[in-house]
Amino acid sequence: MLKDITIGQYYRENSIIHRLDPRVKLFGTMVFLVSLFVADNIFGYIIATLALLGVIKLSRVPFKFIVRGLKAIVILLLISVSFNLFTTPGTIIWKFGILKLTYEGIYNAFFMAVRLIYLIIGSSLMTLTTTPNDLTDGLEKALGFLNKIKIPVHEIAMMMSIALRFIPILMEETDKIMKAQRARGADFESGGVLRRAKSMVPILVPLLISAFRRANDLATAMDARCYRGGEGRTKMKPLRYKKGDGIAYLVYVIYLGLIVGANYL
Amino acid sequence: MSIKLENVNYIYEDGTINRFRALKDINLEVNDGEFVGLIGHTGSGKSTLIQHFNGLVKPTEGVVSYNGEDIFGEKYNRKNLRLEVGLVFQYPEHQLFEAEVLQDVAFGPRNQGLSEKEALIKAKEALALVGIGENYYNKSPFELSGGEKRKVAIAGILAMEPKILILDEPTAGLDPKGRDNILELLKRIHGERKITVILVSHSMEDIAKYVDRMIVMNKGSIMYDDSPKKIFRYHKELEEIGLAAPQITYLMQRLKESGYDVDENATTIEEALKGLNINA
Ligand SMILES: Nc1ncnc2c1ncn2[C@@H]1O[C@H](COP(=O)(O)OP(=O)(O)OP(=O)(O)O)[C@@H](O)[C@H]1O
Ligand SMILES: [Mg+2]
Repeated sequence: MLKDITIGQYYRENSIIHRLDPRVKLFGTMVFLVSLFVADNIFGYIIATLALLGVIKLSRVPFKFIVRGLKAIVILLLISVSFNLFTTPGTIIWKFGILKLTYEGIYNAFFMAVRLIYLIIGSSLMTLTTTPNDLTDGLEKALGFLNKIKIPVHEIAMMMSIALRFIPILMEETDKIMKAQRARGADFESGGVLRRAKSMVPILVPLLISAFRRANDLATAMDARCYRGGEGRTKMKPLRYKKGDGIAYLVYVIYLGLIVGANYL
Repeated sequence: MSIKLENVNYIYEDGTINRFRALKDINLEVNDGEFVGLIGHTGSGKSTLIQHFNGLVKPTEGVVSYNGEDIFGEKYNRKNLRLEVGLVFQYPEHQLFEAEVLQDVAFGPRNQGLSEKEALIKAKEALALVGIGENYYNKSPFELSGGEKRKVAIAGILAMEPKILILDEPTAGLDPKGRDNILELLKRIHGERKITVILVSHSMEDIAKYVDRMIVMNKGSIMYDDSPKKIFRYHKELEEIGLAAPQITYLMQRLKESGYDVDENATTIEEALKGLNINA
């Protein structure tokens, strides 16, 4: 169950996509997300699909691994699809009480589902191929201009990278705590909603306590190593664009052009 | 009545690149009333192994059976199994959650279906056993010291009166007195309640002194499974995998090598005293 949450996970590999500058990947993800909302006919989606498949292939991340991340949004997906199916006004195909299945509804639901799925796959591709460290480095650099208007970009990026880093740790911790409580006869699966909610207490309390303890320890450790925020801080491995990165930006322009062009078909 | 593992393999994160085979072809039977010591270097798979005994993890391959029944059989009730096979985890922080010590210890008995009153009685008994006094009953478990937390965690399992008691390094973080108290307690409960005890430990001295049977793990496999006395003869091999024999065994061997007539296989101080062959 917990294993299905792959958000923020990194898949170690040495592919072209992995080696791209994190800024390129961040920007690429944004381009892809925007393109999903720009495209408004089937041709646009075909282009987006091909692009996505191409990147997946290049990244050498097993397809199985990418799809796993979708399990976490199945419920959300079902809800939004059924809303679209039954509440969109238009030509009625089938009617049951207040539920009206319309032709427009099917159309909307389909594109909604595709968009959601691609959104998740697109953004998990980025985290799967970029280490959290690189990702925040990229963000920090790409958003560096915000420093001018007194937004603490480095601190925000640091917070993000710590948060990402802690996701798998806390999940492992949850797993251990659940086991320790099961060993004492705790039952998380049976009973009504109320009982189940109550049965979460023995998991949540130790988890919260441990999260606070870890946060505290980390802060102390950072202090002990004289961390003092972003000002005047230099990088051991500063980000620098390489040739492949330029090509990637070119590909983005062509891709966007194709998507926009497809709308006129 | 026994726990039996047949050809058990366990793989962490199977199907990803972090795949790690933590247990390799484990064959093992623990019979009623045994006092078993489980040792092995850090990361040898001890904690993984003991979680198979009460069905907390499912073997990737192989069969785990309790009293002859496959515990991962379709109709097997694993919750009942866990009420009989008590497991004290390596880190007490994972177990404690209630606002008060007494309530926390009563959590297990309550899950066994005991009434509130009975559960509290069991909890008080268990706390007395581990040496936690009444003045601690209403304290928060999170305000306790590491050693006190550990004692409360052990009490939490003792209160359930399991038939098989498994402890993952129960003496880590305890002072010498606290450690001896816990080990003596285990020995006493083992004798009085006629239960099976499985003790994971890094201390050869503790193992030599308390257990009848010792299982040595190395990189996920069982390397030795015999009485501590016999196994400590292989101290060279033990050293190669990062373990050692009790200090006293080394001393007796040095004495023997220097030409004294002593029993070089002594593993505890008491045995060594006898083995010195001095008529004092
Ligand atoms: N949740 C997990 N995911 C992946 N690998 C794990 C996990 N838990 C343990 N392992 C790996 O399995 C191996 C065995 O771990 P285990 O905790 O059983 O060792 P151990 O013998 O109890 O060690 P220790 O003496 O340090 O407690 C280790 O190499 C560890 O890295
Ligand atoms: Mg362990």
